[in-house]
Amino acid sequence: MSYSPHTAADRERMLAAIGVGSVDDLFADIPAAVRATRFELPPPLAEQEVRAELNRLAGQNRIPQVSFLGAGVYRHLVPSVVSEVIGRAEFSTSYTPYQPEVSQGTLQSIYEFQSLICELTGMEVATASHYDGATATAEAALMACRLTRRHRIAISTAVNPQVRHVLATYCAGPGIEIVEVAADTAEGGTGLTAPAVAAGLLSDDCACLIAQQPNMFGGIEPMAELADAAHAAGALMVAVVEPTSLALLAAPGSYGADIVAAEGQPLGIPASYGGPYVGLMAARMDSVRQMPGRLVGATRDGQGRKGYVLTLQAREQHIRREKAASNICTNQALCALAAATFLSAVGPEGLRELADLSAVQARHAAAAIESAGLGERRFSAPYFAEVAIRIPDAARRHAALADQGIVAGYPLERDYPELADTLLLAATELTTDADIDALIAGLESTR
Amino acid sequence: MSTTLPDDRRYSREHEWVRIEGSMAVIGITSFAADELGDIVYVELPELGATLAQFSSFGVVESVKAVSDLFAPVSGDVAEVNEELRGSPELLNTDPFGAGWIAKVTLSDAAEMEQLLDAAAYAELTAG
Amino acid sequence: MSVLERPASGDASGRGAAFTSPEAGEKLTIVEPLIFDASRPGRRAVRYPLPSTAARAAAGDQPAIPEAAARASAPRLPEVAELDLLRHFNRLSHLNHAIELGFYPLGSCTMKYNPKVNEWAARLPGLADSHPLDPDPLAQGSLELEWLLAELLKEISGFAAISLQPAAGAHGELTGLLMARAYHRSRGEGEQRTKVLVPDSSHGTNPATATMVGYTAVTIPSNPRGGIDLEALRAALGPDTAALMITNPSTLGIFEDQIDQVIAAVQKAGAIAYMDGANLNAILGRFRPGEAGFDVMHFNLHKTFSTPHGGGGPGAGPVGVSERLAPFLPSPLPLLVAGDADEVRRNAWAGRPTPGARFALEEAGARPTSIGKVRAFTGNFGMFIRAYTYIRSNGGDGLREVSNDAVLAANYLRVRLADAFDLPYDRICKHEVVFSGRRQKREHGISTLDIAKAILDHRIHPPTIYFPLIVEEALMIEPTETESLETLDAFVEIMHGIAEQAREDPDALRRAPLTTPVGRLDEAAAARRPDLRHAFD
Repeated sequence: MSYSPHTAADRERMLAAIGVGSVDDLFADIPAAVRATRFELPPPLAEQEVRAELNRLAGQNRIPQVSFLGAGVYRHLVPSVVSEVIGRAEFSTSYTPYQPEVSQGTLQSIYEFQSLICELTGMEVATASHYDGATATAEAALMACRLTRRHRIAISTAVNPQVRHVLATYCAGPGIEIVEVAADTAEGGTGLTAPAVAAGLLSDDCACLIAQQPNMFGGIEPMAELADAAHAAGALMVAVVEPTSLALLAAPGSYGADIVAAEGQPLGIPASYGGPYVGLMAARMDSVRQMPGRLVGATRDGQGRKGYVLTLQAREQHIRREKAASNICTNQALCALAAATFLSAVGPEGLRELADLSAVQARHAAAAIESAGLGERRFSAPYFAEVAIRIPDAARRHAALADQGIVAGYPLERDYPELADTLLLAATELTTDADIDALIAGLESTR
Repeated sequence: MSTTLPDDRRYSREHEWVRIEGSMAVIGITSFAADELGDIVYVELPELGATLAQFSSFGVVESVKAVSDLFAPVSGDVAEVNEELRGSPELLNTDPFGAGWIAKVTLSDAAEMEQLLDAAAYAELTAG
Repeated sequence: MSVLERPASGDASGRGAAFTSPEAGEKLTIVEPLIFDASRPGRRAVRYPLPSTAARAAAGDQPAIPEAAARASAPRLPEVAELDLLRHFNRLSHLNHAIELGFYPLGSCTMKYNPKVNEWAARLPGLADSHPLDPDPLAQGSLELEWLLAELLKEISGFAAISLQPAAGAHGELTGLLMARAYHRSRGEGEQRTKVLVPDSSHGTNPATATMVGYTAVTIPSNPRGGIDLEALRAALGPDTAALMITNPSTLGIFEDQIDQVIAAVQKAGAIAYMDGANLNAILGRFRPGEAGFDVMHFNLHKTFSTPHGGGGPGAGPVGVSERLAPFLPSPLPLLVAGDADEVRRNAWAGRPTPGARFALEEAGARPTSIGKVRAFTGNFGMFIRAYTYIRSNGGDGLREVSNDAVLAANYLRVRLADAFDLPYDRICKHEVVFSGRRQKREHGISTLDIAKAILDHRIHPPTIYFPLIVEEALMIEPTETESLETLDAFVEIMHGIAEQAREDPDALRRAPLTTPVGRLDEAAAARRPDLRHAFD
């Protein structure tokens, strides 16, 4: 039944104190015309029955033995210490820290998270997190519109399609126009966004240019030149980045990004069929008042002790209401804690090892496919840890391999009709040499 | 909370004050407003050259827990803003009638002052 | 100047604790050092294997990362050993109050027990390792769970269709208003319908969401009984109304006893009736919003359905909709593409699979009327696992008991505290009750904030304060159904003690809290001179 501790005697006592005969009397003010006429739910289950049901559902999934699937969500090791920390009830069963005196654990861990994201991205201020990378990017675009007072945004088609779909939904309400900057997906193309092409499309009413690093095809974009093109048009540069790549790739703050958005899932958060994840956002200090979401700041108490509080709350919905920068109420605190614990656990050396191993194995896989004559790289540009490979009859072979428990990446044709027979293969630190051998064997067997 | 209202100026129902200084009108908020808001942490000042219309919004004042629009008590173009408020918004709490002035505008229509309250009338408004 | 919000008078911005400006070079006592302070070059917790020689050799044939794109210097992440890392976060956790330590009667948040079996379920590798882009044949368990959860939420709420996609309540509100907008546009009324009506007691997310969608929020006053003023509502409704957003029970914890007339008026004006479902814990089995005629409602899985609050997320805010809004739901939806829905449900409720049943994600472009995506993938699946586990554990009977006991407990506190604190609306409440601290304010100069800080010294989290805005010195108490009578009685005693202390020794209350890891914090300084990140130099 429910987790209520109340016995019949407890209920009697409460009813007597209240002065009503039965609990139904407490619901007498629901107009008869709108009372529920049905509530046909399954019967309650004891814990062993609940476990059996969840095991049944888990058993209906077939987690692949070998997977090269990325496309925005990456299989990484979740270190035991991360699971341990977020499993602590003091972190997981507490609420938003509106009473800071009894929430210093949450508040300080968010301050550390903000610090870590600033350091990783090379930016001056980071928020306490957002729902996911896609919504963080949408919020960044709206923020750019507020800062520049312009109503149009330019975005590369090499930004993850999930992100672009969410952006379109968020822009519909305020009537913000979206201009697409086509990435070079032509035969023999780079797979990148050309700064000259971006410059040509950046009209003087564009609030920002949004580009992704590495991009949807794994390619390493010319971010500094794209930022220059944006600035030349009076627009802001919004960089959407993959956080583990920042161990090896330049920090956005170093190439002129004005706002950074990212999906933080690779930082110690399981794939979990799409969520919960954690959106990252960072910017320069001079735009902090236009940043949506929560911020934690350091201060002191009356006895000279250092403490942390939610601050600059006048931006937020519970104060500004219809004039708020955004309607956000929750951040993703427990996921942000996972990311902060992860970054602290791996340190700069660990993150570099992770990124290096991912990059090596992606190249190893691409080389193995090419040397076996099974396919070739679709684009010429260098990549980080994801690469687009053209393989004949890819759709059939991808499905056949999935049946065998091998997911051979993401079929790009789903979002890019011009990229038929092209699979996006991702490698991470979990990709073993045996995995690559299995992929090759699988592709051979489905020729 | 200050109980003596300067009588060298006029007051709006929205708790702004305006004082004539030559051809300029100096604008600020009253101690009543500052007290209601609590410790002020930020002021969004108008831009130089902006044209203000009487009784329309021209800026924002933020405290830790509240936010307020500023409404221009008179019309005019913004000639000067109090840069001190950027680094020390608390001036609005400590000296709202003096060092905490917000902006100076070139007064476009002196007759607008007639629509505002004198010190006594404002004191009555805020007494209740 | 117009004050958009009633400020908390005598508030935490320093008045009570008499903060002085920090002196130059003032050294503050550190409760727990930052993780960066434990960092020493060369330490770390996690190691990874190195690439094999063969792998590096093969990789050498592929283009390297260009110098121009490479990072100049390593990020200054902490370098700590695993034990020191764990000690740091364990000690930080000890600074928090949590449901699993003590009473947490935060009104409007529903701080009920977060069952451990939910956590066990969410960690099952078969569910936790499911990739959202895995081919549908590999994700039948994930898809079935989403489908079954949606079926359960439909039955609970009486709505025709569900989207699980929104990540939080506010996100659900955004989704709801975007669907309302799409609906009006589909009928050629998009341009004319520009206003969203919200009660003056509404949560701040309601008007904030209206603005995000491009609407103007119009406030409707409440009547003296605590419900929305029906006449004022009827006067405000018109051809320019896009929607009414209303919480029911209201944020005062009171059921809108004219809700049928409210919905009728909204529908007559051709507008969308949106219910903020934050207070669903009060009405399970008693009132089904979809059945009553609402067009759309968001659920808060982290409130009514026991998923943990996590210190501020993650949550989940699925929406239920009526038939007329169903075409506009976010995409893709999880669909049953082979098999009979009734049979699949029946079997699932009995713990059996249905052979031949097959699920799939809606095809891209299959439903052009959809508002699109409000977030990547299908939603916070980890929270769906927990909510599904909770609903199956409770069953229908358990959920009825949830609301019965939640409402019983809140009314019990109402009558037991009514002598000590003003009760602005002296009538039966639902799952939460709103008191006013105005008597203490007027007679002893003690604010609701002071009362809250005093409660902290008793190892209890204070109720919600200063919300809703229409109650002076508001104190909103929501006990939930999972607190024992002893806990409730102990709380009553503490509150009586504080009311007495307000009379006898108000200065002591103004100094509270005294036994928490830190005392009242200087929030004004935090906002004036923001320090939002660790400075390395």
